[in-house]
Amino acid sequence: MARKISNRRRVIMSVIAWALAFVIFFPILWTIILSFKTEGNAIKAPWDVLTSSWTFDSYHVVQERSNYFRHFMNSVVISFGSTLLALVIAIPSAWAMAFVPGKRTKDVLMWMLSTKMMPAVGVLVPIYLMFRDWGLLDTRTGLVIVLCLMNLPIVIWMLFTYFKEIPKDILEAARMDGATLGGEILYVLTPMAVPGIASTLLLNVILAWNEAFWTLNLTAAKAAPLTAFIAAYSSPEGLFYAKLSAASTLAIAPILILGWFSQKQLVRGLTFGAVK
Amino acid sequence: MSTQASRSAARLMISPSVILLFLWMAVPLGMTIWFSFQRYNLLMPGQGGFVGWDNYYYFLTDPAFFTALINTLVLVGGVLLITVFGGILLALLLDQPIFGQGIVRVLVIAPFFVMPTVSALVWKNMLYNPVNGIFAYLAKAIGLQPYDFLAHAPMLSITIIVAWQWLPFATLILLTALQSLDSEQLEAAEMDGAGALSRFFYIMLPHLARAATVVILIQTIFLLSTFAEILVTTNGGPGNASTTLTYLVYVQSLLQFDVGGGAAGGVIAVILANIVAIFLMRMIGKNLEA
Amino acid sequence: MTYTIRALMGACALGALATAAAAETTITVATVNNGDMVRMQGLMDDFYAEHPDIKVEWVTLEENVLRQKVTTDIATKGGQFDVLTIGTYEVPIWGKQGWLVPLDGMPDSYDVNDLLPQIRSGLTVDDHLYAAPFYGESSFVMYRKDLMEKAGMEMPEKPTWSDIEKAAAAMTDKDNEVYGICLRGKAGWGENAAFLSAMDNSMGGRWFDENWTPQFDTAPWKETLTRYLDMMNKYGPPGASSNGFNENLALFQQGKCGMWIDATVAASFVTNPQDSTVADKVGFALAPNKEGVDKRANWLWAWSLAIPAGTQKEEAAKTFIEWATSKHYTELVAEKEGWANVPPGTRTSLYENPKYLEAAPFAKLTLDSINAADPKNPSVQPVPYTGVQFVAIPEFQAIGTAVGQQFSAALAGQVSADQALQSAQSLTEREMKKAGYIK
Repeated sequence: MARKISNRRRVIMSVIAWALAFVIFFPILWTIILSFKTEGNAIKAPWDVLTSSWTFDSYHVVQERSNYFRHFMNSVVISFGSTLLALVIAIPSAWAMAFVPGKRTKDVLMWMLSTKMMPAVGVLVPIYLMFRDWGLLDTRTGLVIVLCLMNLPIVIWMLFTYFKEIPKDILEAARMDGATLGGEILYVLTPMAVPGIASTLLLNVILAWNEAFWTLNLTAAKAAPLTAFIAAYSSPEGLFYAKLSAASTLAIAPILILGWFSQKQLVRGLTFGAVK
Repeated sequence: MSTQASRSAARLMISPSVILLFLWMAVPLGMTIWFSFQRYNLLMPGQGGFVGWDNYYYFLTDPAFFTALINTLVLVGGVLLITVFGGILLALLLDQPIFGQGIVRVLVIAPFFVMPTVSALVWKNMLYNPVNGIFAYLAKAIGLQPYDFLAHAPMLSITIIVAWQWLPFATLILLTALQSLDSEQLEAAEMDGAGALSRFFYIMLPHLARAATVVILIQTIFLLSTFAEILVTTNGGPGNASTTLTYLVYVQSLLQFDVGGGAAGGVIAVILANIVAIFLMRMIGKNLEA
Repeated sequence: MTYTIRALMGACALGALATAAAAETTITVATVNNGDMVRMQGLMDDFYAEHPDIKVEWVTLEENVLRQKVTTDIATKGGQFDVLTIGTYEVPIWGKQGWLVPLDGMPDSYDVNDLLPQIRSGLTVDDHLYAAPFYGESSFVMYRKDLMEKAGMEMPEKPTWSDIEKAAAAMTDKDNEVYGICLRGKAGWGENAAFLSAMDNSMGGRWFDENWTPQFDTAPWKETLTRYLDMMNKYGPPGASSNGFNENLALFQQGKCGMWIDATVAASFVTNPQDSTVADKVGFALAPNKEGVDKRANWLWAWSLAIPAGTQKEEAAKTFIEWATSKHYTELVAEKEGWANVPPGTRTSLYENPKYLEAAPFAKLTLDSINAADPKNPSVQPVPYTGVQFVAIPEFQAIGTAVGQQFSAALAGQVSADQALQSAQSLTEREMKKAGYIK
């Protein structure tokens, strides 16, 4: 940039930005702080909370009461499993739509998105009955399938918008060089599409990780992910802020860390075709 | 140029997802439509039978129905308003050279990674609670009576929670769009003597319109099914003050276990959602085609 | 990417191995996240020592989530659970539907006749016991002796609503965040609707007359709601319209409530010095009534363990229930955690045990309250239903919650008492018509 930026302006902007970031992040920060307090201290006035002693008690209690690791593993398997499955189904479709567009491609895309408009609460019973008959209740397979279908439209759309930006000339050139369809996808497209695929993967893992209706209602013990883990702490008897905070921190920490580390990749493909 | 071969190959590649999504849509929808004409309450087996339009009649004349319709619009509209405008402002700010830009960005996007249940619990207990919440302490610190957010302004409170979750998403997309803006164009405008405001209104805003449309489309789809936040914080109350359409369907089908009534509500919700969808897609179509 | 896939496959394989290795019977127990249930999960070693061939998987959930899941599962015969934690509302309904396995033929050592008669009758349908009570409760008044003393007052053992109102007025000190009375305000059939239904009984009212016509337009309901709102607005804590049992418990433990009328099980929490800042200052009294009305505002509830019909593991489930609701379990808790913490309100023998009576100053009043609650005749007027603070029909969950919403709105000041009662009346009538009770 050629423009000179005055230092004063930079300082002012920084102060505003930091203040806003602090406000936005505050609920999470406060939860993390409370998770390291005793129940008695967690409900004191904010200043007293900060100055009171720190402890791991709540984490011990949570660890003792529930099998965090199993819930965590279920969340990992379900969110990554459903997203990978969705990618496998979606990549060919998105590729075809982007490079061999038909007259109705756009309508098909929009129709796909509209399948997400069905309120889940209204179809729980039909799905529950089907799951019962197919023996899918409380299985990770069942949840992988449901979440895959739920996110499939978003996956296809994200990939489509990303693929569409890949210049077609490159493919033509490759074809001239005698590349087959498979070779075209494997050697030319894939490397160019990796950022888009990565960011699609990340966004949908996040969405699947946080999905709380199906995951809670279609599981019992074996396949229950972290959303069910939280439901055990949401309003128990007596003081619960510290335990709730510890459980919340444990539930969001993995995805928060993943999100933070991969935010660059996430942002790169998160344009949904909005950037030209 | 696409050949006949590549066309059929393309059709083959699209078909798995089309078939799957069609089944995912048609089977539950078909069952829902079927149930919506049945008397079917899970708690009362053996009382089945065709009831015609009864379920629809009871759902549409539910005293909460009209409120729920308005609340749904308020929630979706309110969140969109906050996230789009807040997102533009935040994106502009984050686009500036600031100290610790990376950390600021990390902090700002964090809410997007929090499960809806968790964020509702945190806001309800640690922030809004009129006795032990932070807002109550702040109010007391400056000598005000603590305000009972969830009782006196339930829709606003829920809108804020949901907007907090979606603000990062909007900010990220808008920021990406902003960064793709040609800086030469901006500089040229500056040379021509355009002030910061007119640069924003004539160059940046039109550029952001597309990104904003995408934000609106994606968010609307998710916002229409907002449910956990309401269940955790207000249970749709006080009264019906924060009951949305989705929540009303929940009450019918999972509190009352009236599968028939819930199904009728589901069908109505789908119809209304699709009206919104058609409207949206017109808008998107116009904005994305160009 | 491949690494991730491999890791995923590894995880799946591990999971598969884990299930294959288990030769023992695994039963899945769905339970609510209340203190007594959580405590049981910490005492499972005793059960495993006796029954090494049974493994218990816990599904612990918040009450509303639990109820929704368990109901969906049992009504669709999903078979996800082998033992359910349900209350006195569900048991009679589900028992009648044939959804539960009757718990007949418990061994002599279990001593079925030791169960408190009121609780037992609430869990019995056609002479079959369909669920074993884990803990039972009624409701009564908990109050701060120190604050009453400071106000120069004394709480009668059998107070009337006027006594309660006077005491609340005297103890309230809003500047120091002491609120004279804390009552449930959060909407829900098991929350504010439960409290107000019991209160209405004590004013001489009822939910329905013999023809299933809702009674919200009658004088007792009007008096109930008006006096409730009056007390809460003048002496209650801020945000009362979202306070349920848990929120009020927290407030009381922090010393912010002068009085609290709620479940008797709360007594052991508010007198536990570990959690409560007012542990040594709590007094108890029977739930109030209106002068001249022969019913008090005390309800009856028991969290109970039941077996869903159709489970493959009936024997193991029965063995577990037998253990969890036995006298032996009571002694186990007493030994590990002290007598004050044993699950209350299920067995006569507990209330004859001098050690318990000594450790739990609230024991006698708890028993009196439970004995005074009569689900078959909840009101001084005749009723077509059973249940004290609920109406044991399947539709009640939804109706009770919708009515609770109206009362909660009135407490939040959004509608007047009359408007709330009017809406309650019309919505209940509507639902009863829809369900076919009113022709």
